[in-house]
Amino acid sequence: MSQKVLLNAKELNIILHRLACQLIENHNDFSNTVLIGLQPRGKYLANRLAEMLSIDYKIKDIKLGHLDITFYRDDFRRGEKILEANTTDIDFIVEDKNIVFIDDVLYTGRSIRAALTAIQSFGRPNEIELLTLIDRRFSRHLPIQPNYRGRQVDAINEEKVKVNWVENEGEDVVYLINN
Amino acid sequence: MSELSVNHLLGIKYLNKKDIQLIFKTADHFKEVINRPIKKVPSLRDITIANLFFENSTRTKLSFELAEKRLSADVINFSASQSSVKKGETLIDTVNNILSMKVDMVVMRHPNPGAGVFLSKYVDASIINAGDGAHEHPTQALLDSYSIRERLGDVNGKNVVIVGDILHSRVALSNIYALKLQGANVMVCGPKTLLPKYIKDLGVQVETNLRKALNWCDVANMLRVQNERMDISYFPSTREYTQQYGVNKALLNSLDKEITIMHPGPINRGVEITSDVADSDQAIILDQVQNGVAVRMAVIYLLASKIKH
Repeated sequence: MSQKVLLNAKELNIILHRLACQLIENHNDFSNTVLIGLQPRGKYLANRLAEMLSIDYKIKDIKLGHLDITFYRDDFRRGEKILEANTTDIDFIVEDKNIVFIDDVLYTGRSIRAALTAIQSFGRPNEIELLTLIDRRFSRHLPIQPNYRGRQVDAINEEKVKVNWVENEGEDVVYLINN
Repeated sequence: MSELSVNHLLGIKYLNKKDIQLIFKTADHFKEVINRPIKKVPSLRDITIANLFFENSTRTKLSFELAEKRLSADVINFSASQSSVKKGETLIDTVNNILSMKVDMVVMRHPNPGAGVFLSKYVDASIINAGDGAHEHPTQALLDSYSIRERLGDVNGKNVVIVGDILHSRVALSNIYALKLQGANVMVCGPKTLLPKYIKDLGVQVETNLRKALNWCDVANMLRVQNERMDISYFPSTREYTQQYGVNKALLNSLDKEITIMHPGPINRGVEITSDVADSDQAIILDQVQNGVAVRMAVIYLLASKIKH
C-alpha cells in the first residue's frame, strides 16, 4: 500500500475558506439555508465549514444538521459488509429551505442519491445543492455533480481518497491511497 | 462490522449480550426515523414477510406489521381462525405453502412452546418468534429492556421485579433471560401457585410479599393474570388477588422511593394495577408500545441483512 498527499493542512485550509466564501456568495446571511453533513464522513467537513462561517465570517445562527443515509442505500444485502447506521440529527424544519449537502468525497454518486431520498422524509426543500471537498471525476454511476468542489482528482478505481481531520485523526490532510 | 449471531429470533435464550446491544443501537436509529414527518425507510423493499398468527394478538401483530411497513417490506397476514389449519393441515405444510409464494421471513405466534424452533429446522426462511405458548416472547422482552434503558439509562445493576402470573407467562421467561444477560438483578413475585417450582434455578429471587418486592426494586413489570390459560383455580378470587398483588397509588406513595411501572398489556385495570397508576408518570406503558415498533424494526432489519440477495 502506498499513499501520497493530495492536500496538506495549509492547502486544505485555503480550500475551506474558498468554499465558505462561495457559500456566502450564494446564500448571503443563510437565513433560509441549512447545512446538512452526510454521515459518517461528511459530518467533519460540515462541522468545520459551519464553524468557519460563524467565527471567521460572522454569520449568525447557522443551521447545521447531520443526515444518515444507511436505510436508504441501494446496496442493502448486496455486499459482505453489514451496513451500520449512524445518528441523524436535524432539529429544524427543512420544508422550503435551501439545503446544502456536504460530503468529503464524491465518487459514484450513490450516497448522494440516497441522501436525496432520505431528506424527503423531513419535508420538501426549496432547493438542494451539493458541496464536496474531493470530486473524483469520471467515476460517477449516476448523473450527479457538485455545485461546490474543493479539488477535482482523477483517481483510478483501485485507489482510495481518505480525508483526515484534526478532530478525528489528529491531522488535517487528504491522502490518495493505492492498494 | 457487527451482525447478529443468529439467523432467527426464536428466543432470548439464543442471543448474547452483544446481540442485544446491537439491536438497541439499531433501535435508537429507528426510533428517530419513526418520529420523522415521513416515518418510512426503503431498506426492505425487496423483502416479503408473512405474519402467521396461530393465536390471537392485537398489539404485537399491529406492532410487527407497522415495523415491517415502515421498513417498506411487503407484508402478508394470516390468522389461524381463517385458515386451512382448521382443515387439518400441518404447521410445516402451512408454512411451506406460504414460503413457496416467495416469502423471505416469517413472524409467528403459536400456542405450542417451541413451535418456532421446530419450524426453523424444516423451512428455509428467517423466523421471528412472536410468542410461543408459555415459552418465550423475545421481542417483548427486548422492548421492555429497551424501555428500562431509556428511562433509567442502563439495565445493568438495576433491580427488576416481575409481578403476577409467572407460571403462564412467556413475557416473564424472556424478560428473565434478557435482564440477566444485561446484568440486572431479577425477582419474581406472585402467589405461590403462579410461580413455577424451579424458577430459582434461573438465578432469580422469589418473593411472595408484594410490598417487600416493591421496596427492593427500581422497576416493577406487572403481568396480566392469564385467565384464558388457567385450567384450574390458582387463587380464591380476583378480589383477593388484587388485594395481595395489585398495585395502587396509595401503595406506591407509601414506598420510600419512586419506582418505574411497566406492563406488557393488555391491562386489566383494577386487577393488577389501578387506573391512577397506569396513567401516572411513573408508568412507561405507552413508551413500551412506541419502543416496540422501533425494536421490532431493528430485529427485522438486522435479520433481513443476513438474507443473501
